[in-house]
Amino acid sequence: MSTVATPVGLPQEEPRPTTNYLNADNTIKGWLLTTDHKRIAILYLISITIMFAIGSFFAGLIRIELTSPVGRLLESESYNKVFTEHGVVMIFFFLIPSIPAVLGNFILPIAIGARDLAFPRLNLLSWYLYIIAAGLGFLAIVTGGFDTGWTFYTPYSSFYSNGQVTMAIMAAFIAGFSSITTGINFIVTVHKMRAPGMTWFRMPIFVWNNYTTGVIIILGTPVIAITLLLVVIERVFRFGIFSPELGGDPVLFQHMFWFYSHPAVYIMILPSMGVVTEIIANFSRKRLFGYHFVAFSTIAIGALGFLVWGHHMFVSSQSMYQGVVFSLISYLVAVPSAVKVFNWATTMYKGQVQLHTPMLFALGFIGLFVIGGLTGLFLANMGTDVHLTNTYFVVAHFHYVMVGGAVLGYMGGIHYWWPKMFGKMYPDAWGKASALLTYIGFNLTFMPQFIVGWLGMPRRYHYYYLQPEFQPYHIASTLGATVLALGMILPAFYLTWSLKYGEPATANPWGAHGLEWEIPSPPPTENFEKIPIVTDEVYDFDHIVDVHHGVATEGGDTH
Amino acid sequence: MNFPLAPQQASTVAYFHDWVFYTLVVLTVIFTVVVYGMVVFFAVKYRRGSKVNRHQSHHENLVLELAWTVVPTILGLVMFFLGAKLFIQMRTSPADAEDVYVIGKQWMWHMQHSNGVRENNTLHVPVGKNVRLTLISQDVIHAFYVPDFRQQIHVVPGRYTTLWFQATKPGKFPIYCAMYCGTQHSEMGGYVYAMPPKEYAEWLKNGGNNIGEMTMEDRGERLFKVLACDNCHTAQSTDRAPGLAGIYGTKRVMSGGSAVTADDAYMREAILKPANQLSAGYANTMPEYNGQISEDDVLNLVAYIKSMNMPNVKGKAIAGQDISKGGENNKAGDHYRQTSNTALGNEDSRNLGETNMRDTGAAVNATAAERRIDRQ
Repeated sequence: MSTVATPVGLPQEEPRPTTNYLNADNTIKGWLLTTDHKRIAILYLISITIMFAIGSFFAGLIRIELTSPVGRLLESESYNKVFTEHGVVMIFFFLIPSIPAVLGNFILPIAIGARDLAFPRLNLLSWYLYIIAAGLGFLAIVTGGFDTGWTFYTPYSSFYSNGQVTMAIMAAFIAGFSSITTGINFIVTVHKMRAPGMTWFRMPIFVWNNYTTGVIIILGTPVIAITLLLVVIERVFRFGIFSPELGGDPVLFQHMFWFYSHPAVYIMILPSMGVVTEIIANFSRKRLFGYHFVAFSTIAIGALGFLVWGHHMFVSSQSMYQGVVFSLISYLVAVPSAVKVFNWATTMYKGQVQLHTPMLFALGFIGLFVIGGLTGLFLANMGTDVHLTNTYFVVAHFHYVMVGGAVLGYMGGIHYWWPKMFGKMYPDAWGKASALLTYIGFNLTFMPQFIVGWLGMPRRYHYYYLQPEFQPYHIASTLGATVLALGMILPAFYLTWSLKYGEPATANPWGAHGLEWEIPSPPPTENFEKIPIVTDEVYDFDHIVDVHHGVATEGGDTH
Repeated sequence: MNFPLAPQQASTVAYFHDWVFYTLVVLTVIFTVVVYGMVVFFAVKYRRGSKVNRHQSHHENLVLELAWTVVPTILGLVMFFLGAKLFIQMRTSPADAEDVYVIGKQWMWHMQHSNGVRENNTLHVPVGKNVRLTLISQDVIHAFYVPDFRQQIHVVPGRYTTLWFQATKPGKFPIYCAMYCGTQHSEMGGYVYAMPPKEYAEWLKNGGNNIGEMTMEDRGERLFKVLACDNCHTAQSTDRAPGLAGIYGTKRVMSGGSAVTADDAYMREAILKPANQLSAGYANTMPEYNGQISEDDVLNLVAYIKSMNMPNVKGKAIAGQDISKGGENNKAGDHYRQTSNTALGNEDSRNLGETNMRDTGAAVNATAAERRIDRQ
């Protein structure tokens, strides 16, 4: 995507400016009151890493507990709080903000040639809302906790559960506004601030996917906000909305909840698919196969994703005919995901594939997402869902999508853009070790859960003494989780190490294509000295110098 | 260590269910192998620096795109169709099914057979016969789940759901509450005991594990009297209230002008919140029983009202005469006094009898054996 006639990224012409966004005005005030999208991304990075650590701690407790049919350390009451808090922390405070608020925030404006997001102060507000929400959530946990499950099903949450449910709901409510502000920012930025020549179909897929995510966020999040508020109103003021005792309808809650929470799955996975698309095209050094199909499949997923919520409710007492419609649309929404997977795989065909750390995470994503997506068909199938819903099969399925998909994509993105964000290289061998451990540990953890769910182990169960034959699978799962934890902890060490001791990164260490690779690492505060004019096609490697060879590779595509 | 690979197939739907399930497994394996194969093969063959033919590489191909759009769509539609067919079969109870009523509450299952035999956390059923469960929750949402039967349904407060199965072999099959319902969620379980029909008939006749000498209609009748329903609801309609004989299953005209079929859900609503289901021509004089009587009692009352429809059963005798004049009811009244003595000895305070009876029958619906299943 050269803006000038000469090739970019040649090591000898590397400009190494002394000031960048990291060291300009490096004061506490300069960070906490910053409106620079890159600094806000770093603030988010630190915050969500802390939340991820807390959520992982709860996951560890769950895994220890389930190695015995009658529990190990906790009482049922505490166990219920632990799995609830694991879900709430991971979904509302890690997965939903992860890629958009960190990588999207940092990369999206640069990738379309803008100096910042459209509303920089709204962006900062988003982070403060997140911090308030996270603080409130943390307070709810330490002042007694809450045990409703992350789904807050009524009337349990509104009428029966004790504990800090109201505070937890308010935390999720405020976190929702944090993502709404991010969503608005992405939409306006993409519409209004693309550089000259950056047409819609020259936008990287990462931008497409974050844009679509923004649309889903602003359409869906207000619904969950209202729903959660209604739960609080019923809980605090005893207005009958969802409790039959008060004349309400408990199943209504599930409709409203899943109307948001199914699209929320796409809020978590689409940005990750965007990252993976970038990595696969760039580490294959080839134009993305079927760019238009990949872009439109994103939009198809975003649109159809709003019409499938009822597949969470086949056994909820909703009408059988309603179920038929939801099941049909759920099968249709699987198709655009299949389109993406085949396009990614075909992109590698006749490419120049390099298996660096980001690529290993991206290929791991494909592998795990395929299994996560296909096992979703068992749950979109009305008949088999009757048996499998509410079991560990569901737990395994959504962890394949949310961890195998969203988290691996996030890790891949962090490793891909780390040199850009901090101007330092990390040791690639350690990165590869982390990717492999994550992949192996993940499969060991969650593959047994498919089987134990198929055998009939209900989810959210502290004890399973009626069928102690489930135990071997739980022990296997816990062993796998240990390996997975190792794979997740390693990057914390070598990435932190790289900040001080890492080799300085060039502007384009991967020989990648994209506007972010044409500015120094780390970028200056204003990103571009001069707004670039885009003249070449997306993922077009014709003019990109392969830094490892020092020569331009031959053009990948001859129509 | 044993690694079991499949749950038992113990109901008629399990076979079709598992056939659909394994078809999905095969499709999953095929697609996974294809994608893994492509990724690994391309990653190795086209690794950077390998000496292979890279000429004529494309970045778009309409035929390929259509192929991997259309093929998954067709396969998906086939699986959707099979799933919908299976689901409809799983949800449509056969007409000859034997009824059992199930109440879920934190944290136990309470079952009542139509002949009045009650059990907690266990369910005895005959092998080879269709059984239909009608379920309701007394508090939060639960889910009744028998993995070996491949059947599950949410048990919702305020509305009835149904589930049917036919056990295909004798045995003991776990019941789980599959919808998270609070602290002891994972202890809200028990067993279905599928028995050969002869043994089951014997078991049922002997009153099961419990004191179950009263039928549901008996209990309903007793309660009908205790609550003094018969003050207004006599056999024939009066200006105070409609008569109940023969009312079940008929179309009722509401005071708003709409027509409603008097089914179980209607009956329940008419008892708990009569103002919502006011028959045309009557004033809103009936007290609400919402929160006053348990779901168990509602089922018994409805069973009693239903029995007034049928010839040659107990209700018929009453239907033929003025309910308020008693007669037949004395027997039921005696019956009540006997059972309440035993019922009062019940030590479990969390049973269904925690209701606010306005009459002397405080323990009218106390269940004799609220036993929790022991941990094994």
